[in-house]
Amino acid sequence: MPIFSRFFSKSRRYDDISVSIQEHIDERVDELVQQGIPREKAEKAARRQFGNLTLLHERSREVWQWQRLESLLIDLKHILRRLRRSPGFAITVVLTLAIGIGANTAVFSVLNSVLLRPLPYPEPQQLVSLHLDAPGAPGLAEFRSELRLSASMFFTFSKHNNVFQSMGIWGPGTASITGIAQPEQVGTAMVSGGVLETLNVPALAGQWLTPADQDTHALGRVMLSYGYWQRRFGGDPGVIGRTISVDSQPRVIAGVMPRGFKVVNYDFDLLVPMALDPAKEQLAGFAYRGIARLRPGVGVGEANADLSRLLGVWMDSWSNGPGTDPHWYTRWKIAPHLQPLKDLVVGPIKTVLWVVMATIGVVMLIACTNVANLLLVRADARQQELAVRSALGAGRWRIARELLLESVTLGLIGGAAGVAVAWAGLRLLAQIGPTDLPRLSEISLDARSIAFTLVLSVLSGLFFGAIPVLRYLPSRQRQPLLGAMRTASVSRDRQRGRNLLVTAQVAMALVLLIGAVLMIRTFLAMRNVDPGFTDPASLQTMRLAISENLVSDPRTVIRIQNSIQEKLAALPGASSAGFVASVPMSGAEPSWDQITIEGKTDENDNAPMRLFNYVSPGYFLTAGTHLVAGRDFTWAEIYSVLPIGIVSESLARELWGSPQAAIGKRFREYPSMPWHEVVGVVQDVRENGVDQISPATVYWPSLMAIDPSASQKLGAWRTVFFAIRSNRAGTQAFINEMQQAVWQVNSSLPVADISTEQEIYGQSMARTAFTLVMLAIAGSMALALGILGIYGVISYAVSQRTREIGIRMALGAKKTELIWMFVRSALTFTGIGTAIGLGAAAVLMRLMQTLLFGISPLDPLTFAAVPVVLVAAAALASYLPARRTARINPVEALRAE
Amino acid sequence: MAKNPQHRDLFPGALEIMILQSLRLRPMHGYALVKHIQQVSDNLLQVEEGSLYPALQRMLREGLLEAETGTSTKGRPTRIYRLTASGIRHLEREVVSFERMFAGFSRVLAAAQV
Repeated sequence: MPIFSRFFSKSRRYDDISVSIQEHIDERVDELVQQGIPREKAEKAARRQFGNLTLLHERSREVWQWQRLESLLIDLKHILRRLRRSPGFAITVVLTLAIGIGANTAVFSVLNSVLLRPLPYPEPQQLVSLHLDAPGAPGLAEFRSELRLSASMFFTFSKHNNVFQSMGIWGPGTASITGIAQPEQVGTAMVSGGVLETLNVPALAGQWLTPADQDTHALGRVMLSYGYWQRRFGGDPGVIGRTISVDSQPRVIAGVMPRGFKVVNYDFDLLVPMALDPAKEQLAGFAYRGIARLRPGVGVGEANADLSRLLGVWMDSWSNGPGTDPHWYTRWKIAPHLQPLKDLVVGPIKTVLWVVMATIGVVMLIACTNVANLLLVRADARQQELAVRSALGAGRWRIARELLLESVTLGLIGGAAGVAVAWAGLRLLAQIGPTDLPRLSEISLDARSIAFTLVLSVLSGLFFGAIPVLRYLPSRQRQPLLGAMRTASVSRDRQRGRNLLVTAQVAMALVLLIGAVLMIRTFLAMRNVDPGFTDPASLQTMRLAISENLVSDPRTVIRIQNSIQEKLAALPGASSAGFVASVPMSGAEPSWDQITIEGKTDENDNAPMRLFNYVSPGYFLTAGTHLVAGRDFTWAEIYSVLPIGIVSESLARELWGSPQAAIGKRFREYPSMPWHEVVGVVQDVRENGVDQISPATVYWPSLMAIDPSASQKLGAWRTVFFAIRSNRAGTQAFINEMQQAVWQVNSSLPVADISTEQEIYGQSMARTAFTLVMLAIAGSMALALGILGIYGVISYAVSQRTREIGIRMALGAKKTELIWMFVRSALTFTGIGTAIGLGAAAVLMRLMQTLLFGISPLDPLTFAAVPVVLVAAAALASYLPARRTARINPVEALRAE
Repeated sequence: MAKNPQHRDLFPGALEIMILQSLRLRPMHGYALVKHIQQVSDNLLQVEEGSLYPALQRMLREGLLEAETGTSTKGRPTRIYRLTASGIRHLEREVVSFERMFAGFSRVLAAAQV
């Protein structure tokens, strides 16, 4: 404990030194007195001989100190004492910084967790997503940026590639679990062999799926997610080896995956083997997402080249049935374009996060500028003190150090408070954040975020501290000891420094405000788009699947669905009901294919891909999707399996010129299919979100002949969304009644994904709404801080120039002229700031282009209106303090000081 | 201490050696130390008070000295400095190295005269 004892004994040591020195002086005085020198003179001489006693004390004590640290601590003590003496200033600065730093830390934590931290798989840099481009596939290419993999591609690629350690394909699905509690629908990840090997996360309990589980002829085992295991089985380790009923088939549980494990970004309940049968696969069926783990040392370019080669092998080894040309797909110009898996996971949120981070960073800059302005004012007041200290021999560096230490201390206090703000902010974000924010569960304040806060606190402290230091240190030469305050009004130079800061603030605030307004206009533009349905809040939806093992006959499926629909429509408060394979923006995307038009297109032509959807009579009425021409299906037509169809308006215009002309025309999917007659044309539906184009869509009857060889073989769409129009939509009572209605028809049918269309619609706008909220918060903070800055600068100028105003008034200046003088100066730097801000915004808004919808990044209205508002606000902010000049009494002003 | 050239020792360590050697004779307080060195050196060496007290504190910290409460010859309260065992060892080591250095000096000076 030598260090501690040293600290504790220190005051005793200091006493010792004083006692020794005092005694020494006394003896010396005695000695001189004995030599006949008068005592008074002797004392002076003795002290002179000792030199600077304080310095001697200090140097003797320094021996016992960690010198630098202790003088720093002393400085710190002074700083804290000074801050306590001006609590208004301290609280303002700390609060400003806490909000600024807190917001930055919060956003950085998100950025760090989502973008910077590696994916939670071993050696994640080796993981790639098998992204294929197909620019030659019309229809599909416009609607979706990639071509997914077919099962035959998986077989060819995984067998012949030279670049992957492993690869696999997967897709999301649903399954009904029965026999445990209530029938339940769960999210499944259908995986081929290779998916688990590629992600390479060991099972928490039990074991992975094995190649035996992928055997087509056996019923493979399944794996549970941690969440489902906890939720349904209470985390019971004895669940391994138990059999559960998945879609009415008995499946053995092979193992449980650990907590947080996802297949790419998909949070599944159940992992189910795909059990693909090579004997049944064709070229087509581009439905699966591929992932792979590169061999060490293999680059993305090399892997792309290898897959390009394999695309030829793929077309040589598979076909789409007799009489088809396997090399037909060369027209699609398929090209591999592998991407790091992280890019896929992070996806479009990347731009949003960087924009928000940049925005919040600018707010921080504005906040720092405000604090710097406050410090300038404070340093002004302390100028005399600093000059005195400087004259007494304090080094320039010593004074600069103290000023910087003060600002860094403020920065650190603000940073500490900021961590609390960030913590609260992250909780808030979890509430209001977009649900499609990937890796949301991984967001946390980790060591890197704290380090970021620390660095930000110190840097911002140095930044806003450096401004007063740079301004005041040279003032030593100007002998301010004379009391510049009294004679001169205020140095023009100093006022200019503050004006410069406010000009910068105005420019930055303008950029943020323009960004925020552009987002608001984007949001409004999206709200104005007719999504293809009406009043989503009163449209209740739920998903229901009738598995083949439960009901095998397609006609029975349709009858069950029909009676559920009737029961739902008869619920109190419900006006109509219908069902469809995919409600808008649900992401279900039933299927894609080409259609052939009677008398128009050649069967082998490269016709565009169309989105297929399957509807019941009454669905369009329920959803509010209005018919542009023709009519809806009828139940009689459905049950008699008549060859009819409904097309979307854009498809009708593309194929036949107008919706009216389309009625009665005929089309089919493949040559052996009977020609289907267009009976109706419906408006376009924004299937993938309001900011995405509506795909050309074909609506087939929910029951139709599916087998080209046997026209009596029917197919019913088994997983459908029911839509119910009701003013009670979304209430728990209504949901319970819906559940009851379903169980009245069949008690083993699980209901899933119960929500209103409003929720689905809201989710599709969530990213824009989130960006909007963040930018609006940042923009209003920037505006408030900027206005505060202008107000502060003008009111300080007024208080400093009271004397000058007094003289001007005494000489006959009018009050309005004096007010105008201040307002004009504020408007001058606001004007300059606005001009700079407009230029910067014009450049920066282009970076936001991908986030905008229906509006140009240089939207003239925004670029005109925001500056007007800002200048008006600045005029007001300067007028209020300037008005005080009118109340100045010239006599008092001159007598003051 | 090196900041001010006026306060510099004869050469590094000289002041410490003189203090240690003086205290080896008997424990002394600050004023007595100055007087002692002055007398023994026939007024050739004058110890600066400005250097003495920091040097004493340094040696205290290094454990070469101990300080105890006492009174001066005039009966005033002061601190008496006393050599510790490690102070004696340090002094002996230093004296040896100083003697070597002086021997070296003398030879170089003698050679220069020839």
